[in-house]
Amino acid sequence: MSQELLTSLAIFTLAILVGFEVISKVPATLHTPLMSGANSIHGIVIVGAMIIASEADNPVSYLLAFIAMVFGSMNVVGGYVVTDRMLQMFRKKPTAPKATTESADGAPGA
Amino acid sequence: MSPEWIYTFVYIAWLAGASCFVLGLHRMNSPATGRSGNQLSAAGMVIAVVATFVYLVTREGGLSGTALAIIFVGFLIGGGAGLYTARSVKMTAMPQLVSLFNAVGGGAAALVAIDDFIRLNSGAPLDTTIFVVLGALIGSVTFTGSLIAGGKLQGLIAGKPIYVPGGQLVTIALAVVAVLGTATLILGAAGTLNLDSTVTLGLLGLVVLSGLIFGITMVLPIGGADMPVVISLLNSFTGTAAAMAGFVLGNPVLIISGALVGASGAILTKLMADAMNRSVLNIMVGGFGGGDEAAGAVAAGGASVREIGPDDVAIQLAYAQSVIIVPGYGLAVAQAQHAVRELAELLEARGVDVKYAIHPVAGRMPGHMNVLLAEANVPYPQLKEMEEINPEFDRCDVALVIGANDVTNPAARRPGSPVSGMPILDVDHAKSIVVIKRSMGRGYAGIDNELYGDPKTGMLFADAKDGLAALTAAVKAL
Repeated sequence: MSQELLTSLAIFTLAILVGFEVISKVPATLHTPLMSGANSIHGIVIVGAMIIASEADNPVSYLLAFIAMVFGSMNVVGGYVVTDRMLQMFRKKPTAPKATTESADGAPGA
Repeated sequence: MSPEWIYTFVYIAWLAGASCFVLGLHRMNSPATGRSGNQLSAAGMVIAVVATFVYLVTREGGLSGTALAIIFVGFLIGGGAGLYTARSVKMTAMPQLVSLFNAVGGGAAALVAIDDFIRLNSGAPLDTTIFVVLGALIGSVTFTGSLIAGGKLQGLIAGKPIYVPGGQLVTIALAVVAVLGTATLILGAAGTLNLDSTVTLGLLGLVVLSGLIFGITMVLPIGGADMPVVISLLNSFTGTAAAMAGFVLGNPVLIISGALVGASGAILTKLMADAMNRSVLNIMVGGFGGGDEAAGAVAAGGASVREIGPDDVAIQLAYAQSVIIVPGYGLAVAQAQHAVRELAELLEARGVDVKYAIHPVAGRMPGHMNVLLAEANVPYPQLKEMEEINPEFDRCDVALVIGANDVTNPAARRPGSPVSGMPILDVDHAKSIVVIKRSMGRGYAGIDNELYGDPKTGMLFADAKDGLAALTAAVKAL
């Protein structure tokens, strides 16, 4: 393997470990928004679509790049908007007793 | 403008974008910072996309007019469709929309890989071939798999397990074809096999095709109740496919974000499977409900249930000290989240202590019920998770079960039932139980709920919304 690929492999491995750490701390109530949020992040594949679009030089590649662009953009834009809609709802109302929000870890509760 | 100089900045911008994703996900830890976390993640996406654009325009050769058109028109069409659906979707239909977005994301990753393969065909280095083929394969599986999962949730495809003729043999055969095709391509790239470029292209086509069909046959036999786990798993797959594309393009932001999502999806999948006390493998292999084991297991309940009218329930609720509401999918389909909040507020005004018991898999995704209730402005502190609320059922006067079924079935405590071992809400410990349900129909597990035969249980047969409206009116009239 080339040095570049080995470096990429190291980045990949570390990113996986970071992912485990960041995510295992999220309370169950936020799992749906979290899934949706992670879903919009893999829309980053739009970057790959842009790169192949720039390198396309024949009708097949044009078509593949175009569909990839449409798909990727839908993933990114839709994903973020829908996640925002979900999270927006959590922010409303619980104005006064903000402290009890973290009930997951050990609020003594009656 | 030296391209090298610019590339350094582009690379740093990519890393900044990836950091935003990590920090954004971290901020989704709590409801208070969740929204800003998502916005941070979106900002990271903008940074990464703009940086890529700058990189493509400034590098040698620049962007051709056609490429520009592809990028902009593609973005407008896809982005527009995403924006429109995301804005107009109902909260109850959100899981299938996420599944659809996951499908197109996987599709995009597969297309990027396929295009790379065509360009690199003949003469691609060995290590790149591995990632290209894996990206194409994983992307294809998530594309069709997510479409089927979304279709099941939307009701376009029957939610119950569908057994393909030949069943798991077909799925296994497809997996074998895909693996063999991948192996041959890798050997070809390694120079061990001397393959013609048309042959390799055909092989890739075969791998992609078997991936597409595999996605279908993998998800079809899985019951609707398990779809959240499946979507989460496929979400993780898409992340991995994006990371594979990153390896091929040597792009750090793709690799980091793909790996992040791959890890998060895997964790979520496990958490969701744990909540149902089943292993991920068990879910992927067999559907809930169908099959022999479910058939003769428990046919206890059914016999005699006690029907109860809204007026009687209203009296019970209004004069109770503590009421626990157990919302389920039935509440979600009936769009009754506002109706339940109205009833709860009315009861609280009369001094009743009202709480909501949220089973981890209530609704269609973990946390889905919280989203629906939050939409209806139910105060967050009233939502209690299973471990927290279960001891309180012993002290609770009335448990009001609205459209929830399997998660309340006491049969889960004994072996020998399809729901055995699934953690349940201890609704049967309450002094009195009221179940609002449209009919005696069964839940996703396809078995009778013993709770309904309990002498303490009264059944109010109604659509969740109509039933709650009738209750609210009756309580007001007291």
